[in-house]
Amino acid sequence: MQEFLEFTLGGISQGMVYAAIALSLVLIWRGTRVLNYSQGAMAMFTTYIALIVINHTHSYWLGFVVALASGLVLGAVIERVVVRPTTSRPPLNAVIVTIGLLILIEGLAGIIYGGQFRSFPPGYSIRGFNIGHLALGISPQGLYTTIAVLLAAAGLALVFRYTAVGLRLRATAFNPDVARLLGVRTGRVLTLGWALAGAFGALAGVLVSPTTFLYPNSTDLIFVLGFTAAVIGGLESPLGAVIGGLVLGVLLNYVSGYLGSDLVDPAGLVALVAVLMLRPGGLFSMSTVRRV
Amino acid sequence: MSSAAAFAVEEVVAGYLAAPVLDGISLGAEAGTITAVLGANGAGKTTLLRTISGLIRPRSGRITLDGVSMARRKPEDIARAGIAHVPEGQGVISELTIEDNLKLALLLRPGGERAGALASIYEQFPILGQRRRKLSATLSGGERQILVIARALLTGPRLLLLDEPSLGLAPKIVSQVMELVRKLRDDSGLTVLLVEQNARSALAIADQGIVLNLGKVVARADAASLAADEGLRRHYLGF
Amino acid sequence: MTLLKNLAVTVLVGIVLLILSYRIGSFRDYELAEVAAYVTAVGGLTMLVGISGQISIGHGAFMFIGAYVAALLLQHLHWPIYLLVIAAAAACAVAGGIVGLAAARLRGPYLAGATLMLAVALPEIAGRYQGIFGGDQGLDINVTVPASLGVNFQLTQWLAWVSCLTALITLFLLANLVNSRVGRNWRAVRDDEVAAALSGLNVAQLQIRAFVVSAACAGVGGALLAIVLANVSPGTFTLTLSIALLTAAVLGGLGSLAGAVWGTLLFVFVPTFLTNVAQSHGLNSSASSSVPIAAYGVVLIVVMLVFPAGIQGAVRRLLGIAAPAAGAPLNVLRRQAPAPDPKENTTALVGTAPPEKGKGTT
Repeated sequence: MQEFLEFTLGGISQGMVYAAIALSLVLIWRGTRVLNYSQGAMAMFTTYIALIVINHTHSYWLGFVVALASGLVLGAVIERVVVRPTTSRPPLNAVIVTIGLLILIEGLAGIIYGGQFRSFPPGYSIRGFNIGHLALGISPQGLYTTIAVLLAAAGLALVFRYTAVGLRLRATAFNPDVARLLGVRTGRVLTLGWALAGAFGALAGVLVSPTTFLYPNSTDLIFVLGFTAAVIGGLESPLGAVIGGLVLGVLLNYVSGYLGSDLVDPAGLVALVAVLMLRPGGLFSMSTVRRV
Repeated sequence: MSSAAAFAVEEVVAGYLAAPVLDGISLGAEAGTITAVLGANGAGKTTLLRTISGLIRPRSGRITLDGVSMARRKPEDIARAGIAHVPEGQGVISELTIEDNLKLALLLRPGGERAGALASIYEQFPILGQRRRKLSATLSGGERQILVIARALLTGPRLLLLDEPSLGLAPKIVSQVMELVRKLRDDSGLTVLLVEQNARSALAIADQGIVLNLGKVVARADAASLAADEGLRRHYLGF
Repeated sequence: MTLLKNLAVTVLVGIVLLILSYRIGSFRDYELAEVAAYVTAVGGLTMLVGISGQISIGHGAFMFIGAYVAALLLQHLHWPIYLLVIAAAAACAVAGGIVGLAAARLRGPYLAGATLMLAVALPEIAGRYQGIFGGDQGLDINVTVPASLGVNFQLTQWLAWVSCLTALITLFLLANLVNSRVGRNWRAVRDDEVAAALSGLNVAQLQIRAFVVSAACAGVGGALLAIVLANVSPGTFTLTLSIALLTAAVLGGLGSLAGAVWGTLLFVFVPTFLTNVAQSHGLNSSASSSVPIAAYGVVLIVVMLVFPAGIQGAVRRLLGIAAPAAGAPLNVLRRQAPAPDPKENTTALVGTAPPEKGKGTT
C-alpha cells in the first residue's frame, strides 16, 4: 500500500512534465495542424540558456523566468521564419522541417555548449517527503513540478475562455478562414500560439533537467513520452493533454516500480503503439468538422 | 453602422483550376443597393465572392470599395476595411458558443461600443439572446443563418457578401431571411451582394440582377426586367 | 524494356566500381564500402517516403536490427556473409511488417512520432541489456577475405566488393519493384488514398509491404555496415543517424534511387569535411562533431522550403527532363492528417497553387 502511494505520487509529478510537453504540442497542433518535432529540442535549448543565467547570477528563479521568456521568443521566431512558409505546402514538408529543426537545434547546442552532461539545479529539495516512517515518494521538487504545470495549464485555460486573445486563438484553431473573414490576423495568432508552446516546453525542460542532466539529446525521450501523452489525450484538447500526461506518468512509474526500471522504455514504446493503434484520435478527441 | 459603400469589380481573372473560373468579369453597384448574382452551379458565383473577400487572390483585374483598391490584400485586412463575407455553408464556428461567435466579430469595434452593439443585436434577434451560451452546433439551419448574418453585421460592414443564404433552408425560413436582407437595405442602407440559386426570391428583393455563366457576365439588368425576361430565366436560371 | 535497362545500368555501374576498386587504394575502398552500405538503407527509405508516401524517422533502428542480427549470427554461428545479409533482411522484414501494421493505421504526423519513438527507444534498450548487446562498446565483427582470392588480397577491397555488389543487387531489385505493378499501386495510394481504395486496391496491405521492403533494405545496409566497420554498438545507430538517412533521401530527391546515391555521398563525406573545417577554426572536438548535425538540420529545412524536389529534381530541371517523380514529394501525405486539414483550404488562398483534392473540404 505504501509502495502504491509512493509510485502514484511519483508518477504524478513525472507525468506533469509529459503534460507540459503535451500541452505545447496541442497548442501548436490546434492552431497550425503541425506536429512540432522540435518541441523537446527547443526545451533543451532554453534550459541551457537558463543554466548560463543561473551560473552567472546564482539565482534559480531568474534562470527560470529567462527560460520561459526565451521559450516565448524561440517559439515565435521559429513560427515566423521556418514554419510560416510551409503552410501552403503539403503536410509532409512541415513534418520534415520540424525534424530538421530538431537536429539543427541539437547540433547548435552541441556546438555552443558542448556534448558533456551538465547538472541542472532543482528548484527545491529532491529528497522525498516523509510522514513519520511513511515515505511519500514525492519530494518538494516533485510537488513544485506538479503545481507549476497545473498553474500554467489553468492560466492557459483562463486565457482561452475569458480573454479576447484566447477567443482569437480558439477561432483560428477551429476555423481559420472564417476567423480571417472576421478580421482576425491569423498570422499573428499563430505566432502567439507557437510562442506559448515554446514557453510550455521551456517549463518542461527546466522541471525535468535536474533528473535527466542536460545535454543535447537529453529531451529526446521526454519529447516522445510527451507526444505519447498528447496522443492519449487526443491532440485537440488541452485538458486531455494534462490527463494524458498524468495517466502516462503514473502508468510508467508503476512499471518502473513493480516491474523494474529496465522495462520503462519498452513500456513507453508499447504504450504509444497501443494508443496509436487503438485510438489515433486519443481518448478525448472531439470530432471537429471544419466548415466554411 | 458605417456608411454603406459602392463597389466595383473590373476585368477580374481568378480561380485555380486549369482554366480560370472567373474570366475577365466586371460588375458593380451603387451604395445601399442589393445586387443578386445568379447562374448555374460552377458559373463562378462563389469564386466571385471569395475573390472579393480576399480568400482567393485574383490574377489580374481591379476590385474597389468606394474607389479604394481591395484586390490582392489579405482577407483580414479586407474584412477590416468593411467587407463582410458570409460564406456558403454559413461559416458558423460550431465549436464556439453563439455569444463567442458574436464576440469574435465585436473585436473589430472599439471597446466602448462592444457591449452596446451586442445588446442591440440581441434585441434585433431575440432567438440569439435566448440561446447565447449554447454551442452553435446546436442551432438549426435557419438559426445559423441568422447568427452569421448577425455576426457579419456586428463588424459594421459597408458591403455585405451573402453566399447562398437559402441553402438547405425550408421555404418559410428562406422568406424570413430574404425579408431580413431587404430590411437591412431599406432601414440601414447596407450594400449587399447576394449570390443565390433561388433566383426568384433573390430577384424579389434585389435592385439589380447579374447572371454569370462560365466565369463571365452574360446578363445585367434591373431586377424587375430580369425577372420578366422569360427566355433568360429559362436558359440560365431554370424557371 | 525497363528491366533490361536497369540490368544494363547495374552491370555497367558494377564494372566501373570493380575497376575503381583496384585503383583507388585501400582507404578509399573502405569508404566505398561504407557508402554502399548506407546507399542500401537510403534507397529503401527514399522508396518508402517518395513512392509509397509514408514517413519514417526510425530507419536507423532497422539498420540497428540488421547490424546486430548479423553480428550475433557471425559471432555464434559463423555464417558466411551472404547468409548474414539474408538473415538481416529477413529479420528486418519482420520488424518492418510489425511497424507497417501500426503504420497502416497511422497518418503522417502520428507515424513520424511512432518511428521517432522507435529510433530513440531502441538504442536505449540495447544499452540496458549489456549481456547480449555488448553494452556501449558493442560487439566486434571479424570478416576475412576468402582463400580463393589469394593471400595478398586486401580486406578493404573485399569489403568494397561485398558491399557494392549487395547494394547494386538491392537497388536493382528496388528499381524493378518501383516500376512494377506494386510500384504503380504505391504511387496511386500515395497520391489519393481514397481513390485508390475505391478502385479496389488494398491500401493497408500495400503500405505494410512498403514498410517491409524498406526495412529489409535498411537491415541489409545495417549488416553491411557492421561488417565494414567491424563493430556494432548502440552509439552507431542514434536518432541522428535516422534523421541523416532521411536527409540523404530528401537531398537526393524523394523517390529517386539515383538521388539516393547522391544524397548518401553527401551524407558520408560532407560531415567529415565540415568537422575538419570547424576544428581548423578553433572549435574543440566535441563542438566540431556537432557541426554536421546542425548541417543536416539546415539542409532539411532549406531543401523543404526552397527546393522540395531535391538534387535529382534539380538535375532533371537542368537537363530539361520532365520529372514524374519530382511531383511526388509535393503530393506525399497530402491527406494523411487525422482531421480535415485547414491548409487544404488555404492552398486556395494564394491562387497560384494547384488545388488539393481534399478529403476534408466541404
